[in-house]
Amino acid sequence: MSDQLAAATVVGLDEHYRLHVNGTDHDVRDAWVGESLLYVLRERLGLTGSKGACEQGECGSCSVLVDGELVCSCLVMAASAIGQPILTIEGIAPVGSPSDVQQAFVDAGAVQCGFCTPGLIMATHNLLERSPDPDVVEIREELSGNVCRCTGYGRIIDAVQRVSIARRAEAAE
Amino acid sequence: MSITAGERTRFGRLGDSITRPDGGAKVQGTFAFSSDLGADNALWGATLRSPHPYARIVSIDVSPAYRISGVEAIITAEDVPGELTYGLISQDQPVFASEFVRFVGEPIAAVAADHPETCRRALEAIIVVYEVLEPLTDPERAIDGSHPPIHPDGNVIRHQRIVCGDVDATGAVVVEGNYEIGMQDQAFLGLEAALATPDPGGAGIDLHVATQWLHEDQKQIAACLGLPVDSIRLTLGGVGGAFGAREDISLQVHTCLLALRTGRPVRIHYSRAESFLGHVHRHPARIWMRHHATADGRIVKVEARMVFDGGAYASTSSAVLINGITHTQGPYKCANAIVDGYAVRTNNLPCGAMRGFGVVQACFAHESQMDKLAVACGIDPIELRLLNAMEIGDKLITGQIIENVAPVARCIRETAALPLPDEPVGGHDGNVMRLPGGAGRTADSGHIRRGIGFAVSIKNLMYSEGFDDYSTARCRLADGIATLKFATSEVGQGFVTIAGQIARSVLGVDDVVLDPIDTGVGSAGSTSASRQTWMSGGAVNAACHKVRGLMFDAVASSHGLDASDLSIEGADIVDSVGVFRISVAEATAGLAFDETVEYRHTPTEDLDENGQGNCHTAFAFVAHRAVVDVDPELGLVKVIQIATAQDVGRALNPLSVRGQIEGGIAQGLGLAVMEEIIMTNGRVRNASFTDYLLPTFLDMPDVVISLIEEPDPIAPLGAKGVGEPPTISSTPAIVAAIRDAIGRPIDRVPVRPTDIVALV
Amino acid sequence: MPVLVPTTLDEAVSALAAAPDALVLAGGTDAMVEVNMGHRRPNVVLAVSRVSELRSWTVDPIGATVRIGAAVTYAELMSSPLAEMLPALAEAARTVGSPQIRHAGTLGGNLGTCSPAGDGLPVLSALDAVVHVASTRGERSMSVHDFMVGVKRTALEPGELITAVTVPMLSGWQGYSKVGVRNAMVIALATACIAVDMPSSSIRLAIGSVAPTILRCAEAESFAIGAVDFSTMSATVDTVRRFGELAAAASRPIDDHRSRAVYRRHAIGVLSSRLLRRAFPNE
Repeated sequence: MSDQLAAATVVGLDEHYRLHVNGTDHDVRDAWVGESLLYVLRERLGLTGSKGACEQGECGSCSVLVDGELVCSCLVMAASAIGQPILTIEGIAPVGSPSDVQQAFVDAGAVQCGFCTPGLIMATHNLLERSPDPDVVEIREELSGNVCRCTGYGRIIDAVQRVSIARRAEAAE
Repeated sequence: MSITAGERTRFGRLGDSITRPDGGAKVQGTFAFSSDLGADNALWGATLRSPHPYARIVSIDVSPAYRISGVEAIITAEDVPGELTYGLISQDQPVFASEFVRFVGEPIAAVAADHPETCRRALEAIIVVYEVLEPLTDPERAIDGSHPPIHPDGNVIRHQRIVCGDVDATGAVVVEGNYEIGMQDQAFLGLEAALATPDPGGAGIDLHVATQWLHEDQKQIAACLGLPVDSIRLTLGGVGGAFGAREDISLQVHTCLLALRTGRPVRIHYSRAESFLGHVHRHPARIWMRHHATADGRIVKVEARMVFDGGAYASTSSAVLINGITHTQGPYKCANAIVDGYAVRTNNLPCGAMRGFGVVQACFAHESQMDKLAVACGIDPIELRLLNAMEIGDKLITGQIIENVAPVARCIRETAALPLPDEPVGGHDGNVMRLPGGAGRTADSGHIRRGIGFAVSIKNLMYSEGFDDYSTARCRLADGIATLKFATSEVGQGFVTIAGQIARSVLGVDDVVLDPIDTGVGSAGSTSASRQTWMSGGAVNAACHKVRGLMFDAVASSHGLDASDLSIEGADIVDSVGVFRISVAEATAGLAFDETVEYRHTPTEDLDENGQGNCHTAFAFVAHRAVVDVDPELGLVKVIQIATAQDVGRALNPLSVRGQIEGGIAQGLGLAVMEEIIMTNGRVRNASFTDYLLPTFLDMPDVVISLIEEPDPIAPLGAKGVGEPPTISSTPAIVAAIRDAIGRPIDRVPVRPTDIVALV
Repeated sequence: MPVLVPTTLDEAVSALAAAPDALVLAGGTDAMVEVNMGHRRPNVVLAVSRVSELRSWTVDPIGATVRIGAAVTYAELMSSPLAEMLPALAEAARTVGSPQIRHAGTLGGNLGTCSPAGDGLPVLSALDAVVHVASTRGERSMSVHDFMVGVKRTALEPGELITAVTVPMLSGWQGYSKVGVRNAMVIALATACIAVDMPSSSIRLAIGSVAPTILRCAEAESFAIGAVDFSTMSATVDTVRRFGELAAAASRPIDDHRSRAVYRRHAIGVLSSRLLRRAFPNE
């Protein structure tokens, strides 16, 4: 390998690299470097909560946060995400202790088959952090990258509004 | 002092909007969908598919693929040990094509390897030599015989007529039209996925798969593998939506064959592009329809010709056809009819079940006709529909009498009475997202016209035409805990929720355990035809009642009571005079009851040559009103509101019913304005979510719902299936609203910008 | 088959010099689709999204321009303060894909892919933006019109990396419109961008998705400049209509599975007329 190449951070096929997911370092070994972050999360790290449904960023089922930004993990080359904090659905809340958003989705009937749900949970947390009190049109625009085929979206919007209202009430106390 | 039932009744009974038992796992990402399942030492499988709509296979050379490191097995038709073909109704579809390929995407070979990328490279290395043939893509050429048969079974899958009443009857007013319905994809989000694990020695196999009907899969797989049915054990892998697309075999046989060949677990996951080719779709259809009516708008006769393009293999085309033609009249009284229907074979993508199953196509035609008839008679379209609304006791054009609750007029009236949106075009806040075109800023409020449309539909429930339709459920009760076992596919619709509600209501228990959904109990039939609440709900209900009978017998004998005096009140067993009370938990301590029941609905009949016969068993009804904003110059549409009153019989879980209604309408909206698999000469042009567009949050409006609850005495729980009706008449309601906005006819769905703008 | 993750521009161009066939990955929203589908199997991947020089933007108040690093995302373009400085680019950015895509996708990626449907490109064209590229041989700059060569073809030479785009801040109304058949997450069937520069009394119109690359509509522009009244911001109904006709006539669309040429041409006319009316609201 040339000197110029050596100057940059290099992840080679024969080397392993490390991803920082949900606060923990994970080693990735013997990976084909074309693998998407979604594939590595699911197949190499056993984090199957992020779902794949289109492989091209058109459904949002694989949404994760990389360096605090909501992105489609299917469009992130895993090896390029070294050194960046990655948050997946598994990192939102401990199993059995759902977050307020997660509980609201259950309570509002926002879950049917549930395949789009983890991606929507990620997008909703991200939305409400940036905009705690969104109106319906804003909710629709901000979640428009997450396709749901079962619900027709009505109960999901209700779930988002429930969280927004509850957080406001909590803050007022 | 008296104790009222309500005080002790626990939440979670029938009629309560309880939440899903799998909800917690689904929101936390721990629910195991079939694509999440893995196994030690598992291989990946992948499928080689035809690039041609019609070709003769000259040769297949798999040897180059074997030279790729990591490839463990390659199989073709030569490696199928049992039946070479499969199918739901007729077994006409090859496991792997060997002599001819008949559609783009038809499987030719499958590989197993260590990585999906290795699989991809192996597929590319297989050399198939084709003699390309002229494809049959025009359904009319399948009927007129001008194209040679593309399959030994011929090019017409089924032809059926309906002749009813006075075929020469006529009316003062006659309206007709030619209608076209595009090919819609179910587009479930959870792609096809399966994990097959062979028994040591290959005597049997475990298959985890996302499917709608475990036992039908089991039967078809066993036949193709040449193994006893019992040696194929299926477990439902978590299902990410189905909508009809998982009723047919897709990857099941391939996965099992690769696992048996390699002796290792094998996973196959379809990509989205592959999924578009790998499952059946909603039939594209062309329908001519003519109505005769009296001058004051009463329907005298309907005539129709329907052609359903079944694509290369039969799947459920013959049943879809029957559904289509038997629903020609819609939810309206009609004494006379002549209908001619064809389901044909072409080299287009195979079509089969999708939510609405043939009725979607018929409804778009009859509802378009109703609007034309209203104009021709000078009657308000809602009044015209009320004038002709079907009622209990009416005779259908098949001669069958409607025996269920049929609140058609009430559906229409309640829908019409629901509030209209209070926002003007563009809303009050100037947010561009409220206008057609959204963030594209294509229009200002002044460019937009608002329209309102109305549509009504009838949908048969459960299987038809003499099919032995049943579902099986097992109930065990011990120490106050009920355990239910059934093979009912939970695809997202929420049967797991209401199964628990049924058991709690019948048995007075709080704790209900659901056993894994697998072939370890009898068939539940398919999760389709809006049938599981009725059928599997009926089976669970019957099993629980049998167990309750045994429990009452035991309590009666140990307390010196008459079992016929006992009933459940909340979580207790009480007698009829209010003297005796014991909790179910206490009464069943140390006891165990176990009953398995098969539930069947009233038998149905085949149609005769004139399309006469009691071919359906029950019906549900719904009305939809759509409000749309249209940019007539650009042909862009934004649906503003859907209002609906639906005949649900009894809402066992109102929240769940609401979810079915809103979700079904979203699919009807998709067909109305954006969803279509576009094929050119047998080739698919848009097999991706970039180009096959699904409604997003910004496309789907608020839905205003009125549930019409008239419990149906024929239904085991009074409840009708609610899944399909929302999808059916929402489409024509939206199209009617677009017509209303632009003042021009539109005779096909999905409505494209070019249909609205009408460019030369 | 390495993945390179440089953090400085020098590292990036050096790496590209050593591996000129490397797949340059910015937001990944186009390139990863190709990789996922097996359409591209790069030998070397150069992920540039962490190159600090590419991640930043600067304003030149004297020259009235904004220099936008190639790895600046659509989400940044549609937010304050860039959105106030370059409103049409913000409007275009808002139409790109989904929030997830806009968080990852970059202006440099839009240029590098050079799709006729690239949402940012009509704006860059209307504003006569300048594209900056760098390699170990040095830097060069060129007009965006010269940069876009054809369908997914650019003037980039082997070893060159898009580093930034300089976009003039005009004084006058500007706006972007895009037709797609869905209300979100949709590929453009037709796009148009108008930019008015009051000091020079100029009107620019660029159209997209209707030719191999973005087109400027010179005839429509010169017609409008002569026909509108800049002092009252007015245009007659006939002027607005004629402007649309000229824009439509300039388009060279094709039929494909997304739409028909006749519709795309028609849509360009409608969008252009409506944009001109927004710019000159008085009749």
